[in-house]
Formats: sequence, C-alpha cells, structure tokens
Amino acid sequence: MAQLLQHLINGLAAGTIYALVALGYTMVYGVLKLINFAHGDVMMVGVYMGYATAFALGRDMRSSLLGVAVVFAVAMLGCALLGFLIERFAYRPLREKPRLTALITAIGISFALSYGFQLDLGFLPGAAPRAFPEVIEPVEWLVIGDRDVVVWNWQVISFGIAVALMVGLQYLVFRTRFGRAMRAVSWDHRVAALMGIPTDRVIALTFMLSSALAAGAGLLYAIKDTSVSPLMGLYVGLKAFVAAVIGGIGHVPGAVVGGLVLGLVEEFVVGYAASTWRDAVAFGFLILVLLVKPGGLFGRVAAEKV
Amino acid sequence: METPAIPAPEARSAVPASLRGLLPVLLALPVLALFQGLMSDAPFASYLLSVVGVNIILAVSLNIVNGMTGQFSIGHAGFMAVGAYISGVLSLNFKDVALSFLPVAVSDQVFFVVSLLVGGLAAALCGFLVGLPSLRLRGDYLAIVTLGFGEIIRVVVQNTDAFGRALGLSGIPQTSSPAMVYFFVFLTVLVARRITGSSHGRSLWAIREDEVAAEAMGVDTTGYKVRAFVISSFFAGIAGALFAHFVPIINPGSFTFVKSMEIVVMVVLGGLGSTTGAIVAATFLTLLPEGMRSLFTLLGAEGSLAQKVDQIRMPVYGLLLVALMLARPQGLFGTKEIWDVLPRWIPRKRRGLA
Repeated sequence: MAQLLQHLINGLAAGTIYALVALGYTMVYGVLKLINFAHGDVMMVGVYMGYATAFALGRDMRSSLLGVAVVFAVAMLGCALLGFLIERFAYRPLREKPRLTALITAIGISFALSYGFQLDLGFLPGAAPRAFPEVIEPVEWLVIGDRDVVVWNWQVISFGIAVALMVGLQYLVFRTRFGRAMRAVSWDHRVAALMGIPTDRVIALTFMLSSALAAGAGLLYAIKDTSVSPLMGLYVGLKAFVAAVIGGIGHVPGAVVGGLVLGLVEEFVVGYAASTWRDAVAFGFLILVLLVKPGGLFGRVAAEKV
Repeated sequence: METPAIPAPEARSAVPASLRGLLPVLLALPVLALFQGLMSDAPFASYLLSVVGVNIILAVSLNIVNGMTGQFSIGHAGFMAVGAYISGVLSLNFKDVALSFLPVAVSDQVFFVVSLLVGGLAAALCGFLVGLPSLRLRGDYLAIVTLGFGEIIRVVVQNTDAFGRALGLSGIPQTSSPAMVYFFVFLTVLVARRITGSSHGRSLWAIREDEVAAEAMGVDTTGYKVRAFVISSFFAGIAGALFAHFVPIINPGSFTFVKSMEIVVMVVLGGLGSTTGAIVAATFLTLLPEGMRSLFTLLGAEGSLAQKVDQIRMPVYGLLLVALMLARPQGLFGTKEIWDVLPRWIPRKRRGLA
C-alpha cells in the first residue's frame, strides 16, 4: 500500500513536468496546426542556459531563493527569445506552404540543436551528460512510517510551480484579450487577420510563451534527474508530445491530463515491471490510444475543411 | 451490368508479354555477374559499395512513403533493424545446416535469400501494425509513431537475449556480396518505378497532392497509404537483412534516430517523389563523409579531425533540411527523374508523371 502511494507521488511529480512541456506542443499546434518538433530541444537549450547561470552565480548564491528565481528567469527569457527566432526565421516563411515543409523544418531544427550541442568545439558542452547543480537542495518534506513513503521538497515545489503555470495559462487563454486573439487565430488565421488581429504577433507570442514554459519545465526535470544532456530534449519532448496526443492535441486541459496519465503509467511500469522497458511504454501507449480513440481522450477528429 | 470489353493494348514489340516483365531482370543478371567478378579482390571497395547499395534501397523505399504518398515516416531505421535482427538470428541458427543436394556455396546463398525474405516480411508485418493506426490519421502522427516505433524496437532488442541485448549479434555468416546487394537495389528501383507508372502510383500521387480530393474521387486513402507503407517497410527490412550479412556485428547503435534521419535527408535532398533523385542523393551522402575522411587523412590531418566528420554530420544534416525547405523545398530533382533534367542533347526517355 505504502509502495503504491510512493509510486503515485513519483508518477504525479513526473507527470506535471510532462504536462508543462505538453502544453507547449498543444498551444503551438492549436494556433498553427504545426507539430513543433523542436520544442523539446528548445527546452534542452533552456536547461543549459539555467546550468550556465547557476554556475555563474556560484555555490552560495544559486541555492538562495533569489538565485533560483534568477536561474529560472534567465532560462525562460532566453528560451522565449530562441522560440521567437525559430518562429521568425524557420516557420514564418513557410506558413503558406504545404504543412509538410514546416514539419520537415521543425525536425531539421530539432536535430541541429540536439546534435549541435553534442559537438566538442570548446564553447559547447559536449555529448556527455553533466550533473545539474542542486539549485533546490533536496529535503525530505514528508516522511510516513519508516521511510515507507517519502515526499521530497522538490516534488512539492515542482508540483506547485506546474499547477500555478497551468492555472495562469488557462486564465491567459480564456480570460484575456491576448487569449481571445489566440483562439481566433487558432480558429482561422486568415479570417482573424481580416478582423484586425495581428496574427504574426500573436503567433510569435505563442511561440515565446510555449518556449518559456518548456524552459521552466526543463529546469524542473533537470532538478529531478540531477543531470543535463544534449539528448534530453529529444526524449522528454517526445514523451511530452505523446502526452499531448493522448489528451487530444490542441486541447489545453487535455495536455495536463495526458501528462499526468503518462507520468503515472511510466512510474508504474518502472515500479512493477522492469525499468529497462520505460522508454518503450510511452510509445506503446500512444499507439494503443490512437487505435482506440484516434483524437485522444478529449479531442475529436474534425473533418478537414476544403 | 455488363462492362464493355476493353481492347487489349497491341503488343509493342516481338517480346511476349509474359517475358517483358522479366526482361530487365534477365538483362541485369549478367551485368551483376561481371560486376561481382571485378569486385572480388577489393574488400574495402566491395564493403563501401554494399553500404551505398543498402542506403539506396533505404532511400528509394522511403521515397515510396515520403515522396510518392506525401506522408512522413522518420523511423525507417526501425524497420531496417527488424529485418537485420530477424534474418540475422535466422542465419545464425541455420549456420551449420546445408542442403545436401547442392554445393555448399549455393546452399548458403539459398539460405541467405530465404532469411532475407523472412526479414523483409517481418519488417512488412511491423509496418502494417504501425501504419494501420497512424495512417488513418493525418500525416504528422505518422512521424511521431514511426519515431516511437524505432525506440520500441531499440528497447525490445536491448532487453532480449536472443538479439544479443546491447552487445549486438556477431558471427552472422557473411554470405552477402555486392552483386546480391545490387540485385536487390535493382528490384527495389524496379518496384518503385513500376508503382509510379501504375494506377496504384497515381492514387498515391493523388493522396500526396490533396488527400481530401483523392478521397472524394473514391480513392481508398487509408488502404493505399498502408499498402505503400508496407511495401516500403518490406524493402527497409531487406536492406537491414543485407546489411546484417556483410558487417561483422550488428547492434542497436546501428539503427538509431541518426540512421533514420540520414535516410530522410537523402530522400528530401534528392527530391520528394523522385526515385532517381533518391539514388543520387543516397550515393552522394554515403560517399561524402567517406571521401572527406580519406581527404583529411591524405592531407595528413591528425585522427581527431577525421573523427569530427562523423560528429558534425548530424547538425549539418539538420541545418541542411532547414535550408532546403526554405530555399528549395522540392529538393534537387523535385518530382522529376534524372532523365527529365539531363541536358537536351542526351536522348530522353518518355516523360514520367509530374
């Protein structure tokens, strides 16, 4: 029983992180109908920015509250800029082209980033995983029984940050002017432009927002895993994408549910079956969901307009 | 209701219709035999040529899905792995068995071809299982599912003792030869070209250009997409099986994302939908790193620089994809074949589709 509870907690903690990254996929897909393949790699770049910042701050500074805030702020702002640049120079010129061209571009950027960061050129970190500094010193927040169930402080903190970000996003999309513009662009970007909505700016802001979210989620992931590596973006990004599809891509609460479900499924497989199978689970689950409910749990398969 | 009989097209030549399909094969065999004779005492050249051949098979078969049908699969290496491992295990188990009524060398080749076909069929089966759920949906799901499939294969291989886990399989009989590889290259290209010209190919083309319109015209889009995908997977499996029989060891590291991406870049560079484009790009991109490595060695550069070639390949491929999409999204040849773009004074073949 205690073991079950522990797995539940670990699964939820992992799931919130997937959910945050999945939100980025879902937002961009909602607005552009583009799978932003490079999303996970933008996240990876953000984690490296946080890593560099944490080292620049020094050992004492980075574990203070201000230090953590600076690390997160630098990574999130840096990623917002990166997201803006990618959208501006790689996706915008292709917006009226067939959808496949943008997808190929996204895959190209993804591979350029994840393998570019493996290069051994001196200023780049190289292929080997690095230990991520303990910006949040791990403390046992809650211990039940004889260490039957342990809840770490970073689990609570990341859960809190993730929930706060999700609530904020829900507010932004459904209660603000910008959110209304986003939904209008998502509905039909040409008509939205005719109605006076600056679609380019809305799309750019959506990219910046999703990239910043990814950076935040990536830092939480790096703190959980205590490591960074150039390929983390590819793996975390793929799983988060699976989460977004499970929830129904383009659907904001669906991405959150999908992330949590995926986190729990993975944790239970690791806990009760074998940890070596973990990476296969997400995709097996994805194929299963697509077979049974092609639109995901909350999405529906819309007829294509001509 | 009775349909009016369609008059049979008049025979264009003296060759009987039943033989005409076989004609290219009959022509190819002596050429390949000659080729094999020339290659027999150049181990490195024949290895390199085999690699080029395998990559051509991979690129041409991926082109059936990504180019002709306009879907986007990025897990071709996964199917290659299925073919390689299934046929590899098969050949390992039948290593010491020989057909008594045949000379040993011939018997080996018989077993080799059988294990190739089994590997190809296994990959085709996987293609069916992966393609059916994802091809019912819009194209971009296929990209993710195929990528995921590649990962599943890797994890399965790493957890199965019969496949040698992370260490890989070694000791597979080296029964492959450049002639055999190029016989299958030839078959793949033949099938791809025949598909392009057939009504099947026209349906694929319709799906590529506008799926909704194709469906409205009565094209069974899912059926055609799945069939194209299965054919493509079959040849990827064959390529993997060939590969397994001329490299000393196969391990999960040979069939990663990187390999899948390499094939995608070949197809996109050659032009989505151009079979000859895929061949040219596959040949070029396989020989390029090799050439650069020998060039660096020739110039007396230290070993590290030659290794950099391998390291820098992936980021360059990524950027190349982006640059191609921005500047020339149709690739080198677009949907044309090589004889459509050759200078005018060379006699042209009849125009294909496009």
